[in-house]
Amino acid sequence: MQKIIKSSFVAIMLLVLYLPILILALYSFTTSGNIGTIHGFSLHNYITLFTTPELRAMIFGTILLALGSAVLATILGTLGAIGSHYGKGLGTRSISVMNQIPVVNADVVTGFSICIFVIVVLGVDKESYIPLVLGHTVLSAPFVYLSVIPKLKQMDESLYEAARDLGASPIYALFKVVIPQIASGILSGFMMAITLSLDDYFIATYTKPATFDTISTYVVNATKGSQTDIKTALWALSTIIFLLVILLVVGSNVISNKKEATGGSGVEE
Amino acid sequence: MKTNRRLLSIPYGIFLALFVVFPLIVIIYYAFTDQTGAPSLQNLFHFFTSSNHVGTLVYSLSIAITTTLVCLILGYPLAYILARSKRPGVQIILLLIVMPMWINFTLRITALKEILTLVEGNLSFHPYLNTVIGMTYDFLPFMILPMYNSLAKLDESLIEAAHDLGAGAFGTFIKVILPLSVPGIISGIVMVFLPSMTNYVVLDMLYNKTYIMGSLIGAYFNAYDWHNGSMISLILLALIVLITIFSNRYGEEDEKGGAVLNAKNN
Repeated sequence: MQKIIKSSFVAIMLLVLYLPILILALYSFTTSGNIGTIHGFSLHNYITLFTTPELRAMIFGTILLALGSAVLATILGTLGAIGSHYGKGLGTRSISVMNQIPVVNADVVTGFSICIFVIVVLGVDKESYIPLVLGHTVLSAPFVYLSVIPKLKQMDESLYEAARDLGASPIYALFKVVIPQIASGILSGFMMAITLSLDDYFIATYTKPATFDTISTYVVNATKGSQTDIKTALWALSTIIFLLVILLVVGSNVISNKKEATGGSGVEE
Repeated sequence: MKTNRRLLSIPYGIFLALFVVFPLIVIIYYAFTDQTGAPSLQNLFHFFTSSNHVGTLVYSLSIAITTTLVCLILGYPLAYILARSKRPGVQIILLLIVMPMWINFTLRITALKEILTLVEGNLSFHPYLNTVIGMTYDFLPFMILPMYNSLAKLDESLIEAAHDLGAGAFGTFIKVILPLSVPGIISGIVMVFLPSMTNYVVLDMLYNKTYIMGSLIGAYFNAYDWHNGSMISLILLALIVLITIFSNRYGEEDEKGGAVLNAKNN
């Protein structure tokens, strides 16, 4: 009896979490403008999504921003983590403290403060995309740092020493010995950075160029408007993202299971 | 040789100082100056003497407390069931709980909005309820994960010992399991409470016209009033510092990196 109650509680919670997304996915394949009445099957939302220039620009802009800021964040965060790992003293400690600030801070405050400093005080033009990319890098670099640090702690230090003793230059040893050992941390930090950038609304809204939109800022504006076409095309977008997430999750699990089976290391939890 | 590698953190250190610390200093400066640039406490007084602003603070706190409680009431049993279950499917269910977080939150709220509209007809009749539902829908996974981690780590032998010493299921839960999961609960609360006070997009999208703290920053930003906007940010920042100190003392140790890493949003 208890088991049935427990299982059904878990099932109901999952259902509640997924019901809105699934219903939206269902309706995205119809001609309905509202949820509740199903009309005929149609792919027109998907066609609108990929043929409307404004929607395409918004999707590709979001992806480009996520990739660009994630690359920057990964380089900065990884270097910062490696440096801090070997460093001691005030400089290192202040990096780990400063690193926590964007993590615990509310994104509204992070976005607003970057906007005030970079755009108002320094006078950098919003239209140059610099404030936006900087903002997203600030948002995600700390998470790269946090995901690389534990890998450095697990790293076998003697391998680096050995490489150096055998004549490798510090840079060569860094790339050939240190980086491979922390690669899984760098990769999960990079993925994290992409996720954060894709999901962000607040930093973007305070730092983006006036005519540029990310998915978040676009969706928020679209809900205020009354264009049914655009609204239902966004249902299609939501469905595509949902399917991509499923694909990625299943894919990465298959890969990590294979690695486990072959005794490979570096499997992420 | 070791100094070489230490130098690698210099770019990141400069980056953080420039774009994390400096902006905060600028915020503090703007918060305590008036439009002419003269030092002033008027923004602070303005906040605490304006009944609108104090009302906003109270409303945000009310939304945040309600959302946190709802997440706790729904999330704890779920985390508990999953952590105590010995079935192999647990990891998959955890993954299913985390997965929606990878879908852009504005799209998720859009989906929720359509459902709520279908059920309620007109969203503007229940702004408070809808906001709490929206925030719970958005933030619930952040509550579940740290609590799950805390409960999954729990030493089985302590529970057996409690049973052997005559405690019933309820007694064991109250005296052993619940106290040991407090760090996870605290971490979960911290992760839900703050976004619920600041994420005004959820309110906007669900047609709740009342302001929360985050909306005030947005409103001042749109009015080009950096001084009052900075003061609101600073007040939020003070709250964040308090919460962080509290969670560092009582929260889950590795949560700062762990669950935050898996689950950060707005």
